[in-house]
Amino acid sequence: MTTALLGGREVHIDDEGFMTEPTEWSEELSEILAKQIGIDTLTEAHWTVLRFLRQDFETEGETPTLRRISTQIGVSTKELFGLFPKKPGKKMAYVAGLPKPKGCI
Amino acid sequence: MTSTMESEVKVPAFAQDTDRRLCIICSKGTLDMAYPGLVLANAALLEGIEVNLFFTFWGLDMITERRMDHLKATPVGNTAMHMPQAIGPIPGMTTMATKMMKKEIAKLGFPDVPEFLDTLVDAGASLWACQMSIDMMKLEAEDLYEGVSGIIGASEFMEMSEDAQIIFI
Repeated sequence: MTTALLGGREVHIDDEGFMTEPTEWSEELSEILAKQIGIDTLTEAHWTVLRFLRQDFETEGETPTLRRISTQIGVSTKELFGLFPKKPGKKMAYVAGLPKPKGCI
Repeated sequence: MTSTMESEVKVPAFAQDTDRRLCIICSKGTLDMAYPGLVLANAALLEGIEVNLFFTFWGLDMITERRMDHLKATPVGNTAMHMPQAIGPIPGMTTMATKMMKKEIAKLGFPDVPEFLDTLVDAGASLWACQMSIDMMKLEAEDLYEGVSGIIGASEFMEMSEDAQIIFI
């Protein structure tokens, strides 16, 4: 298992850089992870999505798909692509400290 | 000792943009053959891949306003539905198979065809209708789903798909 030093703390990550221990996550880590992938500031709109991801992962045991996020919290696909450009599914999971989504939609 | 330096923190490879381009040719108008193209297009968009969908022949039904929400799945000629072939043509079987498939698709959390197209357009896909098919089906631009970018011929498609990967469905 690889570990990385993020914000002065050691966290476990997989080969692709996704955090593997959801309990090691904190909001401060999200800020750092976001910068890693070119998102300099996390706005309230980002946080609405990230908090839903964390909460949904806790109850469902898997990272929600874009469609699930969109239908559950009423944020359009366009907005999600705007907040986490190009690869929204992976980027939001990465910033939320969760595994990458596996769903097809 | 497994700790790493802050500067060595792994930036995931996915954070790099890709210049990959994908063209999907949708040539079928049945419900079961509409989804593969839509699902693959969506998956590609989520990977940051540029996606163009070209709707030709029966695939045009997928983007024809009055037909797109009424695509059907039929057991006729489809051995993968695993029922005696003689049952397929019985009146009502196609309606039943369609209803069942729509229910299963919804259960998996996938949208219906019009909403799926909305999602793809929202995510940046471009949809193109085939000129020859439009002429053959006697359709006009107004008959098409509003998210369609335009009507193009086969040669324009060839130009558009230069250096792109092509999937034919």
